[in-house]
Amino acid sequence: MKKYIDTGKKDTRSGFGAGLTELGKTNENVVALCADLTGSLKMDEFKSNHPKRFFQIGIAEANMMGIAAGMTIGGKIPFTGTFANFSTGRVYDQIRQSIAYSGKNVKICASHAGITLGEDGATHQILEDIGLMKMLPGMTVINTCDYNQTKAATLAIADYNGPVYLRFGRPKVANFTPDNQTFEIGKAVQLQEGSDVTIVATGHLVWEALLAAEVLNEQNISAEVINIHTIKPLDTKTIIESVSKTRCVVTAEEHNYYGGLGESVSRVLAKSIPTHQEFVSTNDTFGESGTPAQLMEKYELNADAIVKAALKVIARK
Amino acid sequence: MPDINSLNDLVVQVRRDILRQVHRVNSGHPGGSLGCAEFFVALFQVLMERNETFDMNGHNEDLFFLSNGHISPVFYSVLARSGYFSVDELNTFRHINSRLQGHPTTHEGLPGVRIASGSLGQGISVAIGAAEAKKLNNDAHLIYTLCGDGELQEGQNWEAIMYAAGHKMDNLIVTVDYNGQQIDGSTDNVLPLGNLRAKFEAFGWTVLDITDGNNLEAIIQGMTEAKELTGAGKPICVLLHTVMGNGVDFMMHTHAWHGKAPNDEQLEIALAQNPVTLGDY
Repeated sequence: MKKYIDTGKKDTRSGFGAGLTELGKTNENVVALCADLTGSLKMDEFKSNHPKRFFQIGIAEANMMGIAAGMTIGGKIPFTGTFANFSTGRVYDQIRQSIAYSGKNVKICASHAGITLGEDGATHQILEDIGLMKMLPGMTVINTCDYNQTKAATLAIADYNGPVYLRFGRPKVANFTPDNQTFEIGKAVQLQEGSDVTIVATGHLVWEALLAAEVLNEQNISAEVINIHTIKPLDTKTIIESVSKTRCVVTAEEHNYYGGLGESVSRVLAKSIPTHQEFVSTNDTFGESGTPAQLMEKYELNADAIVKAALKVIARK
Repeated sequence: MPDINSLNDLVVQVRRDILRQVHRVNSGHPGGSLGCAEFFVALFQVLMERNETFDMNGHNEDLFFLSNGHISPVFYSVLARSGYFSVDELNTFRHINSRLQGHPTTHEGLPGVRIASGSLGQGISVAIGAAEAKKLNNDAHLIYTLCGDGELQEGQNWEAIMYAAGHKMDNLIVTVDYNGQQIDGSTDNVLPLGNLRAKFEAFGWTVLDITDGNNLEAIIQGMTEAKELTGAGKPICVLLHTVMGNGVDFMMHTHAWHGKAPNDEQLEIALAQNPVTLGDY
């Protein structure tokens, strides 16, 4: 097995902030918009370096999406920043008409996604955003797993012309992917090679999948771990190749079962290689207040849950 | 500037285009379109500085955004007659495989359209974004947008109106098609708008009224004044008092023709009131 080292826990939103800071220096067309959450989104450094390219919109997310769409007319590359809940559900029609249908080059950057937002509770913990965004024609949907990957993704989406939803989180989590990696939109990353079960994970669940693979290895079960940072467009080739070998799959995500990565994987497999699948996800429920670790345990979104799901799906083969 | 008689001829022709477009597919929105025919002609023929060829980024030219996208018939007619595409294409309005969708869109690549609109309340925000981009690009040209009066019931407008004043968007002229009508009836009956001038002023805008919003000369004079007021630290709002259905007697002063096409007989009467000037498409 490959060994992955946590180089020190960091929040993915700080990876976004670092990427945005770098873009500020390298791409003069990049502008940033924020709806009164500059500190939470780690946009302070960009704001301080480029005050004329930073736009404080106030608590008005619908207006922010429209302004971002308008700024592309004139060649700007707007990065909007607010929590995932306010980046998607609150402004769905603005994104749909002014950004997606209009084909505008807006980067919707969403922090505090999922249940690990923690103590603020269900009003702020969106578990439906991947579904909302992936349903929009032409929208690219990215959910990164750690600080380094989030920084790399932030840089990569500036070079891609089209609307993008970039999803990341609040808590400090393991930072284990390479520093200064090249981020390829739509290209899955195989983290462990295995033969008994494929674990397809996204976001904060990728590190948990690696931990689960170690536990499974101790039980002589060989797990292949695939990091799906891009949910749309999905790297179907990598998934099908892996499942052709293992004949079963576990999907793992910090998102509702409905509309998430798991459904996207099911669709791909149903069309080409129908496969037994287990889902590590929330199951049509809202979240609640608690620490991220407590919530991940209660809602079965951790390594233990992935191990259980793997054993279950292997038994179904 | 073209002389006023030829501009008025164009207005009459635009009315015919509107009526013929919606009649052909028995759908679309003639009332608001007719009410804004003079405004669109003045904007595209007199007021805006426009480049010869269409480019999405619109550097070094004035830009226009239509927020109330349902009045697409007047937008399409004036775009075509201003050279953005062939007037023959008006035949395809609302047909399958057409660039002239029911509501305007960039999706099919129609020259002259820079944003999709139809779901209401989004145009002022988009216009602000384009105005911010102009400022960043040191481009002194102006951003125009038109929205409906009933459309101001959508809350996003007031987010945008607050932002535009707070951020001193003085390269932005928002015109409100102030006809007092919406689908379900008069704005007073559906949801009263109150004192629009006072509302915009309270938000920090400079407000102008064009009381005869269906008179070309009044529009040109009022909008020219609005242009002169740009660059002074405040966004400009023009309350354009129009008559829905203007130019067709049985369509005027009512919401009944907001989203209804005339039948054959009604079309004949309406066209007879607006004889051919420049030639039908």
